[in-house]
Amino acid sequence: MKPILEISNLSKRFKINSEQQPYLSLRDSFSNLFKKANSKLDFWALNDLSFNVEEGDTVGIIGKNGAGKSTLLKVLSKITPPTSGQIISRGRIASLLEVGTGFHPELTGRENVYMNGSILGMRNTEIKKNFDAIVDFAGIERFIDTPLKHYSSGMQLRLAFAVAAFLENEILIIDEVLAVGDAEFQKKCMGKMSEVSKSGRTILFVSHNMGAIKQLCKKSVFLKQGELISYGESNSVLQMYSSSDAEGFDGIINCESNFINRIELYCDNIIQNVFYSGSRFKLKLYFESKELIISPVLGVIIRDEYDQAIVGINNKNYESQLRNFNNFYGCIEMEIPFLPLYVGRYYVDVHFGDAYIDLDVKRNLFSFVVEKNGINNALEMPNENYNKILIEKVNWKISDEHN
Amino acid sequence: MEYEIKTKNKFSFGFRELNEYRELFYFFTWRDVKVKYKQTVLGFLWAILQPLFLTFIFTFAFKKSLSTKTEIEYVLFLLSGMLIWNLFSSGLNNSSNSMINNSNIIKKIYFPRLILPISSIFVSVIDYLITLGVFFIVVLFYDESISLWAIILIPLSLLSTIITTTGIGLFMAALNVKYRDVRYVLPFFIQSLMFLSPIIFPLKISDNILFEFILKYNPLSGSLELMRGSFEKYILNWDIVIGSSAVSILFFIFGFFYFRKTENYFADIV
Repeated sequence: MKPILEISNLSKRFKINSEQQPYLSLRDSFSNLFKKANSKLDFWALNDLSFNVEEGDTVGIIGKNGAGKSTLLKVLSKITPPTSGQIISRGRIASLLEVGTGFHPELTGRENVYMNGSILGMRNTEIKKNFDAIVDFAGIERFIDTPLKHYSSGMQLRLAFAVAAFLENEILIIDEVLAVGDAEFQKKCMGKMSEVSKSGRTILFVSHNMGAIKQLCKKSVFLKQGELISYGESNSVLQMYSSSDAEGFDGIINCESNFINRIELYCDNIIQNVFYSGSRFKLKLYFESKELIISPVLGVIIRDEYDQAIVGINNKNYESQLRNFNNFYGCIEMEIPFLPLYVGRYYVDVHFGDAYIDLDVKRNLFSFVVEKNGINNALEMPNENYNKILIEKVNWKISDEHN
Repeated sequence: MEYEIKTKNKFSFGFRELNEYRELFYFFTWRDVKVKYKQTVLGFLWAILQPLFLTFIFTFAFKKSLSTKTEIEYVLFLLSGMLIWNLFSSGLNNSSNSMINNSNIIKKIYFPRLILPISSIFVSVIDYLITLGVFFIVVLFYDESISLWAIILIPLSLLSTIITTTGIGLFMAALNVKYRDVRYVLPFFIQSLMFLSPIIFPLKISDNILFEFILKYNPLSGSLELMRGSFEKYILNWDIVIGSSAVSILFFIFGFFYFRKTENYFADIV
């Protein structure tokens, strides 16, 4: 059987004005007439991409920001044409680059279902047929005739996803829609998506969420600077991605920011960003400021691959002697003697402030890896499936006591 | 079903695709109409009040000096002009801004882009139809009779206004995506056009040849002529209708082609 999507030699070029502006004004156009033409830079968002997708496959698309993932999805969903190359598609493509496209706050829930469904390419009769199921899935029967502006953001999201969940197209293109909403809602979406993929439809799924990709996608595409690095079984592609992600990062993060100069990570006093469960985790932050910083505060939030915060602590939570420190520069050290994390990649937000406010917040500043290692060397680790964190010390006792 | 996605070199009208997406025309129009009068006390009355109020003011200002120059009662001359004018100006305004106003949709979903400016003109057509009803009621109060030809002439004038509005609107919409200057040019352009068309005053008002030429052959004159031709006393000048329609069709073709040519890249630059 022929593949449902054949992508061959696909390239997409953007022209970037050297003085970047969101849009042109007529005056600029005139003045540009007299400038040399090479004030525009070529940027290849996609560079000679070729791969096929078989019917019924769920394919994950991974890569760093700016690797061309979103551009690929936009070309696939016909929003923007490729510069060269072509895609042969053997099914109707529906793209969900965003949930709730076309939602209007003044319209009621019912009206928005029709509007949104129609924009996504559903026929009026299809929407009518599925209407009750959509409302049921979203769980908002009572508010269906209330204007959308009175909905909570969670309700809007549920309604939007519910409409999308009933698309009947053969190929679905999904971009990071799971990045929003609470954990429970994300779970529901994931459930629906694996249900859809089991029904034999083809899904292309972009995400930064490695856990979700591992769970949903048999195959993955790894993009880097617009080029295809690898395409194949998710496990091996993800491994490749993780190892390439670690490239060029050895535990030192230099920040060009107002307060944080540099951050260093130490595993068992060795500078690196690879840890193991139970290792000694040390973070050093060098700061500098033009004004006196009174009682500096370092806050660290560690998130897992699902973007769920696991640990969020700052030195105000703990007894510390930082309180009496006032200076223009300095170095804060934070040490967790026993890292209670399991195998995986973790993402870190750093908050730096003084006694009163956050001065500098860096979301997703860096990531680190935790690798497998038995505690106490001889013993085996507790089963991963049942443990999200590793408890350092548990006291066990056995005796012949009888009740 | 098999199709290709690649760089578009060949020009196509895209009518087949438009037909596939015909429901979306309806939905966009329906949405805009719904949203337009939400949270207003007077609702649809606004559609009527605007042209009526303007007619009222202009009548006060110009009745004395102009009523001898029009073949029909000046109020009706003015109101029939206002009908067409309102359709044109609000339609042009809506369609020119349609791409910008819906930029979030354009960036996220594909559909034939033509749907947006055209459906936004239909919103104005609905206002027009309501005002037309009021127009017939106003006519009853005056000693003017409408000929049977109106059954053909009024729809013809509507059609020709839509063609004009669509032509200029498509061009402006496409231009607006790239050059935000349009936003500033447009109100000025619309206002000037009002005084370059025989809306408030009849054709014969000036003895300047150039001005008369513009009044005669600007793309709206035909619509105005057809609309007023539905009065029995009004002598329809077919020269104007044909000449102005030709200009209007030229505008339409130009606007349509320009839009089709540039629409592929809207999502990249909007």
